[in-house]
Parts: sequence; structure tokens; C-alpha cells
Amino acid sequence: MIEPKQQTGETQNQSMSRYLAPLVRDIPPSGIRKFFDLASGRKDIISLGVGEPDFSTPWHVREACVYSLERGNTKYTPNSGLPELREAIAEYLYESFQTPYEPADEVLVTVGGSEAIDLALRALVTPGDEILIPEPCYVSYNPITAIGGGVPVGIETFAKDQFKLTAESLKNAITPRSKILILCYPSNPTGGIMTYEDWLPIAKVVEEHDLIVISDEIYAELTYDRKHVSFASIPGMRDRTVLVSGFSKAFAMTGWRMGYACGHRDIISAMTKIHQYTVMCAPSMGQVAALEALRNGMEEKDRMVESYNQRRRLVVQGFREIGLQCHEPQGAFYAFPSIQATGLSSAEFAERCLFEAKVAVVPGQVFGIGGEGFVRCSYAYSVSQLLEAIDRIGKFMKNL
Amino acid sequence: MEQFKLKIIELLKEDARRTPALIATMLAAPEAEVAQAIRELEEEHIIVKYATVVNWAKVDDEKVTALIEVQITPERGRGFDAIAERIYLYPEVKSVYLMSGAYDLLVEIEGKTLKEVASFVSNKLSPIDRVLSTKTHFILKKYKQDGITFEDHEDDHRLLISP
Repeated sequence: MIEPKQQTGETQNQSMSRYLAPLVRDIPPSGIRKFFDLASGRKDIISLGVGEPDFSTPWHVREACVYSLERGNTKYTPNSGLPELREAIAEYLYESFQTPYEPADEVLVTVGGSEAIDLALRALVTPGDEILIPEPCYVSYNPITAIGGGVPVGIETFAKDQFKLTAESLKNAITPRSKILILCYPSNPTGGIMTYEDWLPIAKVVEEHDLIVISDEIYAELTYDRKHVSFASIPGMRDRTVLVSGFSKAFAMTGWRMGYACGHRDIISAMTKIHQYTVMCAPSMGQVAALEALRNGMEEKDRMVESYNQRRRLVVQGFREIGLQCHEPQGAFYAFPSIQATGLSSAEFAERCLFEAKVAVVPGQVFGIGGEGFVRCSYAYSVSQLLEAIDRIGKFMKNL
Repeated sequence: MEQFKLKIIELLKEDARRTPALIATMLAAPEAEVAQAIRELEEEHIIVKYATVVNWAKVDDEKVTALIEVQITPERGRGFDAIAERIYLYPEVKSVYLMSGAYDLLVEIEGKTLKEVASFVSNKLSPIDRVLSTKTHFILKKYKQDGITFEDHEDDHRLLISP
């Protein structure tokens, strides 16, 4: 018998990393991941760090899945998703956001909104294309753009504009290599939204420069003082837009990984090709749950949104009272207060806040340009936890 | 009832210790208006009492609770009300409901021991005129009361930080 050679993990890593694709090897680890490692394992922490609802998936949705499993529905579904789910998605998008899609070939059910964004990028990017990304933004856009061979180009947005994208800054970022604009409104991490009037000049620039838009509208249901306006509903934009959304945030279904993409049939068809060769189809049990959520979950969703809204007010006022400047988020469930007055960087603030106040917040720098000087605080927590967290941060700031 | 008051009731049902100032912030309303609405709800006896839900199973001083189905003969002119009143005046009685179906009143009794509850049924409740029969069910374990689960299986399982 031949004894295998003993190798340390370190030696293995050193010897094998040369095989990695340079595009992947060169991607830095997620800033969120680093901060998670710092915080994990500690029991005395109040976290304001998560990007998911604190509600459990409504019971009737879980029950629909359980019953479906009991009936033995555990097989593949069509690549694009269950036909009745695609129909329900198309109907919902039309009724809620005036965006018409043909369920047969313009709707694709995916493994979470993240897969939908990845598919869209892979279907559209030619290596070297520039991808415009308003920042601060969701942490995945830059790395998945780079993995697809695209060149991410950040466009800074500012608290004074409620972190809205402006036509001027978009125009300034455009070069002959610009091809795609990734939008995420309501925004993670800022809570910013865009109105119909805000979208019109953006749409004009998009058309003038022949851009394609990937519009991540995963937080569409979570707006507070006004209804969400889908970029795809702006005249002339439907066919230029891949609308991405999912069930995670509206129906508290993060772990189910249920998302979808809608758009022009040529683009959806290309995305479906990649989808069928990589994941085949979204999990059938998740699709059953998603269908139940769309058919019977709106009342529960409204209740959750009302609760987020109450907590949003509490958190914004709480931060202002302890001396943190905080713009009023209009969507999602994040407050994005400025910590510039403390003189600390966002990473220093978050780290000291974790160790000294025992409250976890996410440093704004991990969300890209314009994020430095801010921290992301999720208010998807109970009122008592939020009050305690604000109290602790207040005391921590007094001792700075 | 107006939406504003309903929302206040919901917030106080979740946690009766919430102050008017806190509720005012949550509802984006002036504190004085919230305080006034709460006063009115109290005066109108819509908010009857601020109570505490206790998980007695975790307290050494355990109690015995029984639900008793009571069949009665209603009284001419006063129906079931007079006899219901006769029953609910006993301090051992925690709640009384008029029911449809196989029996008339559902009476909740709380006592220190099984014997104490049994004695109440046999010595006080059963001998009442017009009580035809009783059926006593002792509560072995409380899983949920007033919408609150005592053994919470839905703890926060989220990661400390996530995208």
C-alpha cells in the first residue's frame, strides 16, 4: 500500500492556487464576510447586521410546501419554472407595477434574485464591457460583473440626494464601452428609492446611449410613503430592462432561494439556456411555496411592511437623537446613518461598536464608493432589540 | 373604530409597556394625540386592563387550571346571563363563555391544587340551581395563550451579518 504524502493545508493552498482562474483568484473576499467572521461566535451581541426579514415565512406558505412534499411533488419542473407560477408572477407584476410580461417566454423562475442577476450578466456581457453600478450598492454586483468578464464602473450617489442616481452622474460615467446599467431601488444598503419623475431623465440617457438595464427590484414591496415604480414601467424601457425580483424580502422567504427574471424574450431565452445547463430548474418545493405566497400572501405581506415602517421611524428618530445624521430611508429595511462626525472610518466605527457597544452594524465601505462614512443598520429586529441597540450605540458614542 | 386607535391597540397588545412617546414615533403621530386616544380607549372600557401573560410552568408556585363544560337550564326573561353572573362572581373563575354546541357555558377555573379545583366543582358549581351537568377537563400543558407561544421554536436563527 502506498502511503499518501502528508501535506499541510498551507502547502496545498500554495501549490494549487496557480490553477485558479485569474478572474476568480483576484476577487477580494467580501467585506461583509470579513466583518461576519469578526462578529461570529459572540453571544452578547445585538446585531443590526442582517439583510433579511425577522419574520418567519408565513405559515400557510410553509404548509403549502409541506403538503406538496407529502403528495410526492419532488421532481424537476420545466426549466423556466412551473407554468402556473410564471403566470402568477406575470399577473402580479402587471397588477402591482404595470409591467406586462408573457408568462410563456418572458418570465424565468430562478434560484433567488442573485441567480437571475448572474444569468443576466452572463447572457449580456462580452469581456471588456463596462457595467455601470450606482454605489453604495449590494455587495455582489461588482464581483459577479468581474467574474463575467465585465468591468464594473461605480457611480457615486450621495446622502444629500437621498442616494438617488442622477442623469448627470450617469452621463458622466458613460464611455463607448458602457453596455449595462445595474439598478437596485429600493436600495440595499441606503434605503433610497426612485420616483417616476426621477426615472424619466435616467431613461432618456439609457436610450440615448443604447444601454441595457438590469433592474434589481427585490425590495419593491418594501416602500413606505409611496408605491414602488419599476424602471421597466417607464415608457420605452420594458424591452431594455431585465427586471429581477424574488420572494425573499416581501414574503420573508430568504432561505427558499426563489427569484425570477422578466424581460424581452430574446434575453430571457439566452438566460434560460445558461439556467438549464447550470441548475436545470429552481427547486420544485420552493416554487410551490412561492405560488402560495403570491396567491394568498398579500395580507401577511402588508402586515410585515406596516411593522417595518413603524420600526423605520423609531430607528431614524433614535439615531438622530443620539447625534447620528440619518437620511430618511424610503424603502427596504435599512437605515444608513452617517458616522462622519465621529471622525472614525466606517470600519473602525463598526469594529469598535461591535467590541465596545456590543452592537453589530455593517461598515459602509463594503458597499463601494460613497459608502465610507456610513454604516448600514437593518431594522428587521424587534422593537425592544432596536431600542436597546440605539441606547448602547448612544452610550458608546458619548465615550468616543 | 378609526384605524389610528386600532393601530394603538395592536401596538399595546404586543407590549403593554410601550409609552405614548414610543407609539407616537412608530405611527408618526403627535404624542399628545396618542395619549388622548389611549385615555379615550381606557374610558370607553375598550382597553380594560394592562395584564401580564405568565408562563406558570416555569414558576415553582404552579397552578392547576381546568376548563369545565357546563350545561344549564336558561332562566325565563334573563336567558343565560343571570346564571353566568352567578358563576363568574367566584374569584376562582378566570373566564366564562357562552357557547354554541353540546354545552352552554365554558368556565375556566384556576386553583392551587387538583383537589381545590375538584372541590370547587363539586361543592360550588354543581349545586347551583339550573346547572344540569358539568364535565371537567384539566389543562396539562399550555402551548399558546393570547397569541403567545410559551415554547418558542421560532428563535432568531439568522446569521449575525448577511448581505
